[in-house]
Amino acid sequence: MAGNLKQLSHKPERLVSGHRMCAGCAAPVLVKQILYAVDVPVVIANATCCLEVTTSVYPYSNWKCSWIHSAFENTSATIGGVEAAYRAMKKRGEIEEDVRFMAIGGDGGTFDIGLQSLSGALERGHRFVYVCYDNEAYMNTGIQRSSATPLGAWTTTSPVGTAIAGKTRPRKDLTKIVAAHHIPYVAQASPSNWKDLTTKAEKAFNVDGPAFLNVISPCVPGWKYEPELTIKLAKMAVDTCYWPLYEIENGQYKVNYKPKEKKPLVEWLKPQGRFKHLLAPENKHLLDELQSQVDREWEELLKNAGES
Amino acid sequence: MKAKQKAAPPAATKALAPQEKPGWTDIPIGAVVVEAGNGVNYQTGDWRSERPVVDVDKCIHCLFCWVFCPDNAVVLHNEKFKSINYYHCKGCGICSAECPVKVITMVEEAKAQSNANDSGAADGDGNLSPKAVGKGG
Amino acid sequence: MGKLIAATGNQAVAQAMRQIDPHVVAAYPITPQTDVVEEFAAFVADGVVATEFVPVESEHSSMSTVIGASAAGVRAMTATSSQGLALMWEMLYIAAGLRLPIVMPVANRALSAPINIHGDQSDTMGARDSGWIQLYCKNQQEAYDTLIQAIRIAEHDSVRLPVMVCYDGFIVSHSLAGMELLEDDQVKAFIGKHKALHPLLDTKNPVTYGPLALFDYYFEFRRQLVEGMARAANVIEEVAEEYARLSGRYYGRYEKYNMDDAEIGVLVLGSAASTAEVVVDELRAQGVKAGLLRLRSFRPFPKAELARELSHLKALCVLDRADSPGALGGPVGVEVRSALLESAKRPAVINGIFGLGGRDTTVDLITTVYHRLMKIVDTGTVDEPLFYLGVRGGNNNGRELEAAIPQARATR
Repeated sequence: MAGNLKQLSHKPERLVSGHRMCAGCAAPVLVKQILYAVDVPVVIANATCCLEVTTSVYPYSNWKCSWIHSAFENTSATIGGVEAAYRAMKKRGEIEEDVRFMAIGGDGGTFDIGLQSLSGALERGHRFVYVCYDNEAYMNTGIQRSSATPLGAWTTTSPVGTAIAGKTRPRKDLTKIVAAHHIPYVAQASPSNWKDLTTKAEKAFNVDGPAFLNVISPCVPGWKYEPELTIKLAKMAVDTCYWPLYEIENGQYKVNYKPKEKKPLVEWLKPQGRFKHLLAPENKHLLDELQSQVDREWEELLKNAGES
Repeated sequence: MKAKQKAAPPAATKALAPQEKPGWTDIPIGAVVVEAGNGVNYQTGDWRSERPVVDVDKCIHCLFCWVFCPDNAVVLHNEKFKSINYYHCKGCGICSAECPVKVITMVEEAKAQSNANDSGAADGDGNLSPKAVGKGG
Repeated sequence: MGKLIAATGNQAVAQAMRQIDPHVVAAYPITPQTDVVEEFAAFVADGVVATEFVPVESEHSSMSTVIGASAAGVRAMTATSSQGLALMWEMLYIAAGLRLPIVMPVANRALSAPINIHGDQSDTMGARDSGWIQLYCKNQQEAYDTLIQAIRIAEHDSVRLPVMVCYDGFIVSHSLAGMELLEDDQVKAFIGKHKALHPLLDTKNPVTYGPLALFDYYFEFRRQLVEGMARAANVIEEVAEEYARLSGRYYGRYEKYNMDDAEIGVLVLGSAASTAEVVVDELRAQGVKAGLLRLRSFRPFPKAELARELSHLKALCVLDRADSPGALGGPVGVEVRSALLESAKRPAVINGIFGLGGRDTTVDLITTVYHRLMKIVDTGTVDEPLFYLGVRGGNNNGRELEAAIPQARATR
């Protein structure tokens, strides 16, 4: 298993300091936690996103492992090509070593524009780990709604006006869409629960086929909160069951963490400026709807895991 | 400004004037960066408005600050907290917020710099993380 | 002497791909390229190639996959047509910008709308600024030969650019012709082992592909690309000569037919050149000094050579199997005109758009083109610098051409 923090502290850093992610961004935190789980060389394909632009400003690169960015919507196809090249070289006896492959994108590159490429690569069975760092909007272009943006949330393209209060549609359940490809390993995780995440990453890298990690990634400017709260908000998403930690291993659901006390969603919403309007009395119906969505999905998850 | 000067920046960070940058005949084709991880030479510590100051004597070395730091700016030695890498620390304050024993205080950068003898701040000041610089996978 | 077979253009291309045996092929079927993918999938299924075949879910993904594979350090190929190429558009520029030596046969087809499956060159002509080398083939044999040569050109140290090998949809892709295959080991020896540059899979020397290059570096990388393209000119010729020694078949950047003493000439790309050769023969038999120049390498464009080869003509017609609405003419016409601008002596130049959507371009129709040129020489005036060859309707244009056909036939 991935081990404790003291053990992890001996792992090499693949994403080094000097990147230009915002202060307090969760993405580099979850990336390093995931990469601690793999000891062999990794090649990463990165979708166009915050992580990509801030870690590869020419002539600099913050990646100590081989890394490729080609475009926004095609990360899965790109890593599929690298992985196919690896298999071809193995077949011809041109490479000995064990190498792992990872694709990473934000929710825009994964839920939306990159969904087709992801689905194709999952169906074809490439051996790679896809990591979605889900910050629930298009943050790289400056906070526009995505299909991962929750109901009621403010973004610049789901603004809070006098007629409409934030996003009018619920978020897409991508983890389940991915699970419907019947790939060996699918999991949802949070950087706040590092041990859960590194353990899941280790499982993901070890399966002989596609694996998918959907990881919540609080965004300081997009969610509108103070940067030191990043990990606390990730934790609160887990403790309110908004972002349950679970995995689907060979079709079997497992809930990895059940909060002792399921906290009301409003505790997670409150520190976030993007939900400020939901606390106003006239938007109570939205808040209630959001809470009942969370409740329904949590119940469904427990049922799927045979725990209800 | 003293604190910043003390942290001798690696040579590559010296800002080049546009005309000093290499021409098209002098750089690898296809925009490939062949020096993996050279981004560590880029300073992000100057983004900071507050700096974490650690009371090392009271630190329990749980390493939460390390595992949650977005910038790998927590320097460890032998599985223990050693110092903060102020060359890269952006001052987000996550380490302070997550410290279970509350020994990391966020201090206004201007104050911290004018008081270079601030306990805890000095010893790791500006050092690049040896992990970040040396190792790779 | 290789093996004589009868093959369609697609089969010829698939045979070349079998002999190249690339590490990775990722492709998505589209008419008229489909047989290439099917034939190659059969080679994979029969174990006659060691290729990892990636049956992707779109052309965007096929180009993305070969980009990943090429950057990983192996030989990677795909094939497409028309809308498929259009869907790849974004990735074409990226393949070239990352300097990845990908080779891609393209069975040329018209672009929608309206949807059409037949041959014209609108698809690849639109990609002319993508940084890909573009070689246009006349027939099945040339498509085969060029695909093999393209590997050497793309991977050449001084080039490192992707190559499109273009051949006309249906006219070449689907019609059967006798042709010669090289022996498998001849091809293997000719293309040599793939030499990777900064491969992602060299994990001891990790690299970063596709960084963000802003105003301080982007321009330099584009300038490098232009240099690679310029150097490709010589490499295409060198590879052609070496290939000629092996096969007895030589193709340079362009091919002349009765040009040196010609007074009137046509410049065209692709299979229409075969038809034009027939017309030239007929006119020569009548004592008309007609010539033909077939341009094979549109990118890089051999501007100095064309200026030299064309300047002695009295009148020239550039035939474009693609249009650029709102421009001065078709993409080839505009460029050839520009190439001639610096010549002290230059012919009157007209530009005909022809064969869009696979419209049949017959001997009769091309004969009318030479008649136009003869008229220009006789009268010294150009009435119609840009015309649409064989289109119906409009003000006289098409009807005039149709009326000219029986007249042209009568002169034969």
